[in-house]
Amino acid sequence: MTTETLLSQHEAVIAEVLEAYPEKAKKSREKHLGVDTPEGVKGACDATKSNKQTVPGVMSQRGCAYAGSKGVVWGPIKDMIHISHGPIGCGQYSRAGRRNYYIGTTGVDTYVTMNFSTDYNEKDIVFGGDKKLKAALAEIDALFPLNNGISIQSECPIGLIGDDIQAVAKGYKKESGKPTVAVSCEGFRGVSQSLGHHIANDMIRDEVLPDNSYKKDFESTPYDVAIIGDYNIGGDAWSSRILLEEMGLRVIAQWSGDATYKELTIAPKAKINLLHCYRSMNYVVRHMEQEFGVPWMEYNFFGPSKTTESLRKIAAFFDESIQAKTEAVIAKYTAMTDAVVAKYRPKLEGKTVMLYVGGLRPRHVIGAYEDLGMKIIGTGYEFGHGDDYKRTKDELNSTTLIYDDTNEYELEQFVKRLKPDLVASGVKEKYVFQKMGLPFRQMHSWDYSGPYHGYDAFAIFAKDMDLALNSPVWAHTKAPWESN
Amino acid sequence: MAELRQIAFYGKGGIGKSTTSQNTLAAMAHYFGKKILIVGCDPKADSTRLILHEKAQCTIMQLASEAGTVEDLELEDVCKPGAAEFDPDNTDITEGFIMCAESGGPEPGVGCAGRGVITAINFLEEEGAYDQDLDFVSYDVLGDVVCGGFAMPIREGKAQEIYIVMSGEMMAMYAANNISKGILKYANTGGVRLAGLICNARMTDREYDLAKHLAEQIGTQLIHFVPRSNHVQRAELRRMTVVEFADKTDQAFEYKELARKIIDNDLKVIPKPLEMDDLEALLMEFGLEEEVEADAIGKKASA
Repeated sequence: MTTETLLSQHEAVIAEVLEAYPEKAKKSREKHLGVDTPEGVKGACDATKSNKQTVPGVMSQRGCAYAGSKGVVWGPIKDMIHISHGPIGCGQYSRAGRRNYYIGTTGVDTYVTMNFSTDYNEKDIVFGGDKKLKAALAEIDALFPLNNGISIQSECPIGLIGDDIQAVAKGYKKESGKPTVAVSCEGFRGVSQSLGHHIANDMIRDEVLPDNSYKKDFESTPYDVAIIGDYNIGGDAWSSRILLEEMGLRVIAQWSGDATYKELTIAPKAKINLLHCYRSMNYVVRHMEQEFGVPWMEYNFFGPSKTTESLRKIAAFFDESIQAKTEAVIAKYTAMTDAVVAKYRPKLEGKTVMLYVGGLRPRHVIGAYEDLGMKIIGTGYEFGHGDDYKRTKDELNSTTLIYDDTNEYELEQFVKRLKPDLVASGVKEKYVFQKMGLPFRQMHSWDYSGPYHGYDAFAIFAKDMDLALNSPVWAHTKAPWESN
Repeated sequence: MAELRQIAFYGKGGIGKSTTSQNTLAAMAHYFGKKILIVGCDPKADSTRLILHEKAQCTIMQLASEAGTVEDLELEDVCKPGAAEFDPDNTDITEGFIMCAESGGPEPGVGCAGRGVITAINFLEEEGAYDQDLDFVSYDVLGDVVCGGFAMPIREGKAQEIYIVMSGEMMAMYAANNISKGILKYANTGGVRLAGLICNARMTDREYDLAKHLAEQIGTQLIHFVPRSNHVQRAELRRMTVVEFADKTDQAFEYKELARKIIDNDLKVIPKPLEMDDLEALLMEFGLEEEVEADAIGKKASA
């Protein structure tokens, strides 16, 4: 099929799906949907509206500012304790769901999978909870003396009743001498989790980076780098780190998967910041560039092609010795990934995929699928901005449906009409599509698998996609009363 | 027993709302034998001081905070009988009595007083405070309807009749008009009605005429014009209502008359609040403000 016909077909699909909406919702939603092609004039990646308020009444897949701050940016910092400040639900329902792996003894020197909450009750709403928060801070230090700092993650009611958590944090920091950071990331702020990332970045900028206590004794090497925007989901940062180390670089910090407070403070000592998830951490790398003169570079470790491309791009920033080692690393792993491709590509060749995820994945994982001979026919961001969509254009390899902040209804309709072989999206979508008899991969936390970053991880990624697509279970999804 | 009537007193802060409401309710019990529950909806908890002869010691939210949650409280802990003649057990004067509850709330500047009002009223209803042998439940609400919590008493199933305490001063009239807007908002969903303005006189120029005119404009009545009297303050210093302190004085009879009018009141309307321009025009008409030319707005007085 030619690009032209595909394009017009996709456009017709969008028009059909929009028909179900009332006039106002239709007008709003049509700006978030479009089609783009790899080559040629500017398409949907350039024009799609994004980072706008969700149409009320639809089943959005978005999160909130608290999710962006506590769940994404701050939560994985392992030796700090993160208090979900407010009623118990937000903390408990977001507990340990993101699979941010870390090394340490939980409850002794690391705390990621634990839930700390001030458990607001009615009386705390009415009388204010600053005293309760203060007591919680002291209690944490008594029970967990090895913690290296506390962050306070605001839930909605804190902002509504106007508790002065910044003053509490400041007072406690002075009293205890320990890092105490209050993050005003109330869930009602902004249109999605994206504002939470920004607020969290700003608090790292204001409260963590100015701490010079570890920078003084830091001994630099010419090859120091920091991994920024890798949350070590299923061990992603570890499988990335080994490659950088084999190249001859020294990873001085991981933000924020498996990170320590100390690592956060010394990141400005890096020669370059390597940014994986642009959406959630671009703010702070820009700040480090301005304030400390640390350049930054985006990279992509999904799939061997993109990994190789990224390793060369990173090596080009350093000297020839690094570049030589990098080629050796690439040669070493390519033998392995070639074997993976040889094994799985024949089983996956030509299969089509629709993506709907957040952060960097709607564009970054495209290459990994293509390494397996699979084709992305639709992609979209839950909470992306215009700069994410512009970056997506380069990754496209065929005519692709683009959907921003799409909802349960639209996604289901698009899938029914485009008939992909695999849907790769989040937890909330998983059972919708599996019940439709479609293979599905949950690409928020790798469906309890992973890691997916780097060469080693590609073997896992390929196996997972094969398991999803070629499982014999799909032969049995037809109901007995359905004829043929 | 007649059906329970739920009424509420609203008005600008400092207008004499609590004094007026307590004196009026005291008159309803003293002269007409009415059985009343006062629900104070103000963190200051001074809506029942004159009836109890002391500031309420245990507000609902205060006790809930000490006990852990509001569910841990009993009705007897928070519903106190009025002092002396207002105690249900004291039938020297009439069968009438006044029970007192205060929502209480945080100190100024912290927490959420509005949520305290919601919690307190829900608690009273769930515990059956309104099921007792009562003729009236009266809510005394702080200042303006600043947020949803302070609108709680006028929501569906709560107060049906609102009395706005005001005076001839400009800000009091602004507030009265604003409160009417709040009532209008809930009038169609719940059935709350404006039942009248009570002018607590400050003895400003042409106060009676102005108050009466405003009432008519909003579509209600000036139910009573309460004159100023030193008896009110003398009684208040003794933590008493005028009705109890000196029930043969003219001022006590003023409250008696207001009480009678409320008991017999059948004019309950959906208010028609004024636009800001109309309200200002009204004030000008009554000579409270000189006509101001458009180009004089925002200009300082010339020396």
